Amino acid sequence: MTQNGAHRLSGKVALVTGALRGIGLAVTERFLAEGAKVVLTDLKADDDPEVAPLLARLGANASYFQMNVAEEADWKRVEARVRANQGALHVLVNNAGVDAVCPVDQLEFAAWRRVMSINCDGVFLGIKTFTPLMTESGTAFRGGASIINVSSIMGIVGYIDTTAYNASKGAVRLLSKSAAIEFARKRIPIRVNSLHPGFVFTPLLDIGMQRYVDKGAAQKVDDLIAGLAEATPNGRVADASEIAAAAFFLASEDASYMTGAELVIDGGWTAQ
Amino acid sequence: MDKSLHGAIALVTGAAGGIGRAICAQMQDAGAIVIATDLATTKPDVPCEIYLQHDVADPARWAEIAKEVEHRYGKLDCLVNNAGYSIVESIEGTSLDAWRKVQAINVESILHSLHVFTPMLRKAGASRPGGSSIVNLSSVGGLRGAAFNAAYCTSKGAVKLFTKSAAIEFGVQKWPIRVNSVHPGGIETPMMFGIMDRYVELGAVPSIEAAQAGVVTSHPIGRLGHPEEIAAGVVFLCSPGASFMTGSELVIDGGFTAR
Repeated sequence: MTQNGAHRLSGKVALVTGALRGIGLAVTERFLAEGAKVVLTDLKADDDPEVAPLLARLGANASYFQMNVAEEADWKRVEARVRANQGALHVLVNNAGVDAVCPVDQLEFAAWRRVMSINCDGVFLGIKTFTPLMTESGTAFRGGASIINVSSIMGIVGYIDTTAYNASKGAVRLLSKSAAIEFARKRIPIRVNSLHPGFVFTPLLDIGMQRYVDKGAAQKVDDLIAGLAEATPNGRVADASEIAAAAFFLASEDASYMTGAELVIDGGWTAQ
Repeated sequence: MDKSLHGAIALVTGAAGGIGRAICAQMQDAGAIVIATDLATTKPDVPCEIYLQHDVADPARWAEIAKEVEHRYGKLDCLVNNAGYSIVESIEGTSLDAWRKVQAINVESILHSLHVFTPMLRKAGASRPGGSSIVNLSSVGGLRGAAFNAAYCTSKGAVKLFTKSAAIEFGVQKWPIRVNSVHPGGIETPMMFGIMDRYVELGAVPSIEAAQAGVVTSHPIGRLGHPEEIAAGVVFLCSPGASFMTGSELVIDGGFTAR
């Protein structure tokens, strides 16, 4: 357990949702570098022209399934394929997420539900669907299987025009603790923890900031990101690899006594 | 094998205790050059490069130790403020002297450490990926109250917020030093067993068996933690992988505070 780097996830199978971009892709790359087999899932079709070149770059330990995390039928289909192809799941990273930037009084109920269904229902469905397979798989390694739910600093503190996102990420924080307690008390060998990134250079950040620009909050996206960096105590936004390193720690046997915990990677944002 | 702390100069206080020893061992395995300190005048059985006798509540001794580190290495990459002290006593029964001793060892020691080591940590952090790293050992007792632990919980709560203030202060000045706290739950250490003995003496529980069962039950994972499971968290926070973590709390408690 004291060894660092080289193939510390060898023999493990991981599933990462929202894996084609941003934090999900960085987590996938880190897990592959550590020797895991990684099942990527995202919204794009299996035969989408973007998928094959990515899989070719990631190598033989990567595979891909299209899924919408808000659809229970998709989870069941993916679970059946993972059970048949890999025969185990040791690490589940519930990363897929969407944002919505809108004042609360103008937020359409449908938009609210979309955010909650992807960010919150998606995590519930992932845990629910994979609990049996992860219970079987968790006995093979010290510390058991590991579920990593990507919440956010927005699951801890509020922000302007972000009610749905805040609510969904706060829900993920407590959903994680509740599942952690349930599994631990029942001696089900699955640890459950939440990750709370601060602002990270990702496509989602660009899209979100563009919405603020569209609403006239700033001239351009770069200005807003510079403002976020300035508002972060350590003076910059994160690189996705810095979130992936934390996910790797939670996935590894080093985190064997961690369950129901929050790993905050925010350059000091919530310490203020 | 990749060594995440390769060549890092690391100082670990309270190195002879259960958690301290495990931290020294894992940091050394990860490639760090470990300076271990503790109260004993002769070197205890601790894996390290050098051992120094150290009362962490004594600012003069901190200054001497900093001088020694400056002389030998000229910098410090990782500072692990692990030394700690606990009293288990009712509030009415806690004398001001006993209270102050807990605060002096658990809280003031961290202030002393930053007084003397901040320049060397800045220097080391400027040339190290992810900067230099200070890890302060708090506790689940810094997040939740506990009966007969007012002095201890107060001190560990102080460590939690001191850590956040230092993280922000260094961040806004663009100093390359990250500061985080670690919050272990009940760990199988001599200190933990000493605490349980005191619960029996105070009549809070009928027997040591009952005390142990109670402590285990309060951890949903159904067991106490091992010192190695805390050390792994410390190594992570000191590694370049934790480069965006500052002012954070790493809770390693088998679900104790998730309830």
